[in-house]
Amino acid sequence: MSFLFTVSPDFTPDRLSGWYIFNTWLQKQTGVAIHLEMYSGFNSQREAIRQDEVNLIYVNPYDAAMLVREKGFLPLAKPVGESDEAIIAVSASNPVSDVAELAPGIRLAFTDDPDVKMMGMIMLEPGDLDADNMQSMPCDTYVQVAKHLLRGEADVGIFLAEAYDGVSEMIKKQLKILVRSQISVIHHSLMIGPGLLDKREQFQQCLLGMTEDEKGRGVLESLGFKAWEKVDDEEMEFMIDLMDTLTI
Amino acid sequence: MINDMNPRDIVGEFQETVLNLYGGMQRKVFYTGIETPYPDGKLIVSTTDPTGIITHVNQAFIDMSGYTEEELIGAPHSILRHPDMPSAAFKDLWDTVKKGEKWQGFVKNLRKDGGYYWVKATVVPNIRKGVVVGYTSVRRKPSRTKVEECMKLYPTLF
Repeated sequence: MSFLFTVSPDFTPDRLSGWYIFNTWLQKQTGVAIHLEMYSGFNSQREAIRQDEVNLIYVNPYDAAMLVREKGFLPLAKPVGESDEAIIAVSASNPVSDVAELAPGIRLAFTDDPDVKMMGMIMLEPGDLDADNMQSMPCDTYVQVAKHLLRGEADVGIFLAEAYDGVSEMIKKQLKILVRSQISVIHHSLMIGPGLLDKREQFQQCLLGMTEDEKGRGVLESLGFKAWEKVDDEEMEFMIDLMDTLTI
Repeated sequence: MINDMNPRDIVGEFQETVLNLYGGMQRKVFYTGIETPYPDGKLIVSTTDPTGIITHVNQAFIDMSGYTEEELIGAPHSILRHPDMPSAAFKDLWDTVKKGEKWQGFVKNLRKDGGYYWVKATVVPNIRKGVVVGYTSVRRKPSRTKVEECMKLYPTLF
């Protein structure tokens, strides 16, 4: 019998091969047959979760609450030093320097990353901006968000901070950051679900020990992570409560 | 237990009053007209036990309140209570969260130095195995329009 592992669809595209390498490594270490399924979008992944098809998931914080409270998932680990932060940016030629100066009716470009969009919308609130008084411009990638800003097709963009920092210097020179979130406690996590729960400790030990051998370190590098650190139940509950307070 | 404010901590000209806090406590407070702007992009996060005693604060809470972590942990959350806040707002907060629901509102908080800062606050009960073990409060930057509305409304609620 093979178990199903999936990764939040907002993963960095450069890391796609890294997740396959990680899955191969994980199967060798644990002796458990695991199939990695990469869904193209949040809707198809959530449908698989609803159908109880998923056993292991690297999950966006937005979906963590549903997995814990409705599907009985438990946290395993999170990447050390990684947290989800958002950026509100405009074109460098835009005279606006503060969110409070933005006017209702602006065109907002964003991706479907649920936690990043949520953080972005919270950072727009001080300007009395919400979904009802902005024009939405959904995008598939952060590069598209940047392009809309550069072409003057959007006034404001919401970025995952990591994605913004990763765009070329040439593009960054043409953009201006209005706000960068400094929340620190919202992060993706690797979670284990029904079917594999009896192996939680074994999986955790494998993950935490990855830095101890060269192969493990190489796999971490392919994911862009330094190491995994344990997430206990209360830390996950704290993050879920926090996310609950941020739902507008 | 909550101590009165210390006039030596206050920055600028101040007024004084005695607040009747939730739970029957009283506190002498000193307050000025100096506002500290809410920092962009940050969340102020704290947790309390079921009686409102602070059990966790983040760095933004420490920075904005002006208290040390040691002064905050173990103190009632009403250490931030500003005399311009009507008690009806906090009664509504407690009535709501005790029902297991989320509360949201705009709050003027009192700093250790007598100054103040406005927040948009959200409080949720922390439910573990069906039992409320405490509350998480998250504050974010409020819109100036909403703050101005509250500045007009709150004095009418005393």
